[in-house]
Amino acid sequence: MSQSEETIIKCVNVNKWYGNFHALKDVSMEVKKGEVIVIFGPSGSGKSTFIRCINRLEEHQKGDIIVDGIELSHDVRNIEKVRMETGMVFQQFNLFPHLTVMQNVTLAPIQVRKWDKAKAEEVAVQLLQRVGIPEQANKFPGQLSGGQQQRVAIARALAMQPKIMLFDEPTSALDPEMIKEVLDVMIELAKSGMTMLVVTHEMGFARAVANRMFFFDKGQIVESGTPQDIFKAPREDRTKLFLSQILSH
Amino acid sequence: MTEITSSLPPLIERPGPLGWMRRNLFSTWGNSLLSLASAAFLIWVLKGLLAWVFSAAEWGVILVNMRLIMVGQFPVALVWRIWAAMYFLAFLIGNTAGLRMQKTRRKGVIVGLLLSPVVFALFSFSLPARLAIAGLSLIALAGWWLGSRWPKAFRRPVLTGWIIYFPIFMLLVRGTAGEGSPMEIVTSNLWGGLLLTFMLTVVGIVFSFPLGVFLALGRRSQLPIVRWFSVGYIELVRGVPLITILFMAQLMLPLFLPQGVTIDRVIRAMVGITLFSAAYLAENVRGGLQAIPKGQFEAAHALGLSGFQSMFYIILPQALRLVIPILVGQFIALFKDTSLVAIVGLFDLLGIAKTVLAQPDFLGLQREVYAFISLIYWVLSYAMSYISQRLEVALGVGER
Repeated sequence: MSQSEETIIKCVNVNKWYGNFHALKDVSMEVKKGEVIVIFGPSGSGKSTFIRCINRLEEHQKGDIIVDGIELSHDVRNIEKVRMETGMVFQQFNLFPHLTVMQNVTLAPIQVRKWDKAKAEEVAVQLLQRVGIPEQANKFPGQLSGGQQQRVAIARALAMQPKIMLFDEPTSALDPEMIKEVLDVMIELAKSGMTMLVVTHEMGFARAVANRMFFFDKGQIVESGTPQDIFKAPREDRTKLFLSQILSH
Repeated sequence: MTEITSSLPPLIERPGPLGWMRRNLFSTWGNSLLSLASAAFLIWVLKGLLAWVFSAAEWGVILVNMRLIMVGQFPVALVWRIWAAMYFLAFLIGNTAGLRMQKTRRKGVIVGLLLSPVVFALFSFSLPARLAIAGLSLIALAGWWLGSRWPKAFRRPVLTGWIIYFPIFMLLVRGTAGEGSPMEIVTSNLWGGLLLTFMLTVVGIVFSFPLGVFLALGRRSQLPIVRWFSVGYIELVRGVPLITILFMAQLMLPLFLPQGVTIDRVIRAMVGITLFSAAYLAENVRGGLQAIPKGQFEAAHALGLSGFQSMFYIILPQALRLVIPILVGQFIALFKDTSLVAIVGLFDLLGIAKTVLAQPDFLGLQREVYAFISLIYWVLSYAMSYISQRLEVALGVGER
């Protein structure tokens, strides 16, 4: 939450189509270093597609995306650079099931950052401690609970020492009693000054640490503002309706 | 609600053999009749088989021709090189068993298997042959003892041993030096019997595996030329029987080569088998690749791994593990398909069997000879199958 004035992500009029389906329509967003952004909206609104465009898991067809001064284009070297600076956490964890927790966390630093094994493992131990599961290092992902797996996934992304962390519905596949343990880790991360883009419906998380919130619907940003603005005084009817639906119970 | 008084699971009744028979074989009149009829049939078949094996069959043909069946025309003076390769293999097998099966409760079974060559030594071979066979067991047991005694010290060497085994084996069989030296070159037309079958199989597996993996990756490549080439190759080769490929390699290839250039016939058969097997292997591996969820690629890319790194560290290890049972099935098929080279005039196990039967002394002994080579095929196929099961357990297939 210690944001500076330095822009780290700049998206200008981003458009994407799947066949004839217009998935993103002129989405523009600027994120400052250290900001925590929460993106929410109904399913199929393009919010996941949007954050997957930021590390080029999806390709945008029109508009500009500039991450940490690097423009995403067809240049493979740029894509690799951007991916080194952005960590991503998925809804389905996507841990590597044939590798131990330790190997999951150290693989990319060793292969991509070319660290030696000892250094990578030292960092991994610290990260596993930070996410609260140092004792699971030698287990395989299949032996862990969902919440533990997602925390390993966060440690794995952090091991590359990224400047930006992207979260794609990180708690949606979890049992209710495990959501808190993952959110606690994310809140700690947000407070440490990490730039975060989080697609989530956890409004408690948004209230606690978000600097700004973006409401997506039908591939567009309908409304954006601070959590206070959005919760207390939403301007658009669609935002009001959606919030009433997810906050009603 | 009733109170739960015990936290133990309910007892399971374990019936004795009589109870088991009553429940499973004689539960009704119909079942009893079926059981009796089946038992009578089994006794009739077994009795006939055993009577033939132990009294009617003339196994002398096997004992007299044992060397021919095992190594074909390989020069007698140089057979020690084959023995050396066998001893090395026996040591590796014993050592690996000692390392891998530390905790097994069936130590007796393993020791028994390692001692099985001794049984052959009991037959009426010459004394040196008996000693050489018994030596296999001795070395295997020594390897087993060393492996279970110092597992840490042997873990790496034994792995290296397996990796360098193939080149060493080829070197020992082929030889390197000129005439007169102990490592004299033995040309491939002298290889035969089980030795040739083994060579064709091992070369086929070792070379078709990487080729098949490359073709599978090629078929999924985004580069059109690579993809078209892979698809074309796979579909072309899969549409042709192995025997025609072998015939083409033996009979038609010489027509296309410039005059004076000849390629060894055994090598031609090896190339044919390898190219054939690679096409099938590629499709099996592709099946494994397609079973890997998209999320694995995405996670690998999101971490900044390159396409090659994602494939090598993340996708292939998982895909290959999934298809181990299919690959082993294919390798067993390849092992048995090598017998087709007998048709194009090579003396593998089957080809040698034919030549043995053509000797005037042994006319009419087809049953003995074919039963024996079937037994060899079965033992080795089952060994491959058993090793693959152990491998699956060791790699945790289906659990992780």
